[in-house]
Amino acid sequence: MNELLEILSELHPDVDFEAEENLVGDKILDSLDIVSLISEIDDKFDVTIPPEEIIPENFNSAKALYALICRLDEE
Amino acid sequence: MKQKNVLEYLEETAPRLPDKVAYADDNCELTFSQVYNASRSIGSALSNKGYYNEPIVVFMAKKPQTIATFFGCVYGGNYYVPIDPEMPRFRIELIFQNLNPKAVICDEESLPLISDYEYNGDILLYADISKTEINESALTSIRRRQIDTDPIYIVFTSGSTGVPKGVVACHRSVIDYIEQLSAVLGFSEKTRFANQSPLYFDACLKELYPTIKFGGTTYLTPKQLFMFPLKLVEYLNEHKINTVCWVVSALTMISAFNTFTKVKPEYLKTIAFGSEVFPIKQFRRWREALPDATFTNLYGPTETTGMCCFYRVDRDFELDEVIPIGKPFDNREIILLDENNKAAVDGAVGEICVRGTALTLGYYHAFDKTNEVFVQNPLNDRYPELIYRTGDLGKLNERGELIFVSRKDYQIKHMGHRIELGEIEANVNLLEGVSMSCCLYNKEKDKIDLFYVGDPEEADLFAQLKEKLPRYMLPNKVKKLESMPLTANGKLDRVTLQKSI
Repeated sequence: MNELLEILSELHPDVDFEAEENLVGDKILDSLDIVSLISEIDDKFDVTIPPEEIIPENFNSAKALYALICRLDEE
Repeated sequence: MKQKNVLEYLEETAPRLPDKVAYADDNCELTFSQVYNASRSIGSALSNKGYYNEPIVVFMAKKPQTIATFFGCVYGGNYYVPIDPEMPRFRIELIFQNLNPKAVICDEESLPLISDYEYNGDILLYADISKTEINESALTSIRRRQIDTDPIYIVFTSGSTGVPKGVVACHRSVIDYIEQLSAVLGFSEKTRFANQSPLYFDACLKELYPTIKFGGTTYLTPKQLFMFPLKLVEYLNEHKINTVCWVVSALTMISAFNTFTKVKPEYLKTIAFGSEVFPIKQFRRWREALPDATFTNLYGPTETTGMCCFYRVDRDFELDEVIPIGKPFDNREIILLDENNKAAVDGAVGEICVRGTALTLGYYHAFDKTNEVFVQNPLNDRYPELIYRTGDLGKLNERGELIFVSRKDYQIKHMGHRIELGEIEANVNLLEGVSMSCCLYNKEKDKIDLFYVGDPEEADLFAQLKEKLPRYMLPNKVKKLESMPLTANGKLDRVTLQKSI
């Protein structure tokens, strides 16, 4: 989780990613962020996020995104 | 008789296809007759108020009504300046300072936001002016007065001093562009566009004007969909989109995440892209997914009205090759000038310069800046002839196709946007407690790194910067330094800084 928080803070140093629950809805993340996030996650966690998982629900909070990474990692 | 006003497109199409949808988003659809009536009402309202040949700020988000308002400004003999309330506050302030507009058009949604700005001029509400009784005699006399070199819009681009520059375009250059672009991409009444570009860039000309020229339809794609590839492709299919003119990053976002293994854009036939290099690996995925579609690379600076060169992809490319920008549209010429202002020959690199009707009028309220880049053609010492110096370096390959090489200065292309690194630095230097800053661009990763010396912490500085710069200009990495490396002359040493990272 800390590693993911680090990736996120690098994108937006001014956002408290542990507290935010609506990253997409509140327009904190945009398409550039999603693209960098997916490639960073691929690099750091060796997890490829398939297209059907690139949906707002999975990107609205650090927690949701981390849960997705863990789920994909187990599969 | 030759067309001299962009509104003639609308006037030809509206009676022919009155009930067909011209522009649509998730909340609203406007038919051609609705666009026609609303814009003529708006033109009448502006004229009733005595506005003529004035910059009219259209302070509205991206929606069909905003486009009708653009045409309304032109009906009134004025020129529209699109400002989306989502633009950063500081940038909007600078634009207001440059324009000093007499009138701003808002809708219910943006009206409360305008009071945040130091603006004391007239505020007109879309709901009112789009219903104003049409003043036929005023509209007729305005049209009689207008000539084809009168301005129709101003859009703002990045400026190295931190002040955005307003590019002023006229009827003639827009008509010339729309005619050539339509011929090359084969637009028709059946064309269904999915728009991606914000309305405050000239990139949206590609959809806005061909739609009224042919009677096609433009869907204003919700911005959020460009984050979610599967949903985006489903949207294209739902609306039977057959044509997209998008920045490369919007296309690669779809292909890079293997979206095509799940769903393909079923109706897409015409794909135009530009503003940045298309990585061949991603390009191949697109061509495999849509073998029957045409792919066209477009190139052009805002100062020459939209795009000015095109290349229809007609062969395969190796992974390390770049797709050419090809050749100019008809009725404009590209001149490559070397350092001595002589024509670059035999495939030598030169600055890409443009000659022709496509040239915009120049920068608003900035004669000096205009004269720096809209200059006498150095190859012509016989009569006055302007060219536009793009600052881009290019060369011809062995097939005679134009290839983009690089920029001459610190301007970069990042995620399809044109950015002066100097503008980012100028804005950082304005922040309290910052003594020095430097931006470096990592071309391979397409990332902007910012280094600075000063008091604010990184997170705090970034938060302040968000208020000043559009999202695409925000650095991807921010690093606070104890000191900046300097050259012997005391200048910022970009080379050493680059090596240190």
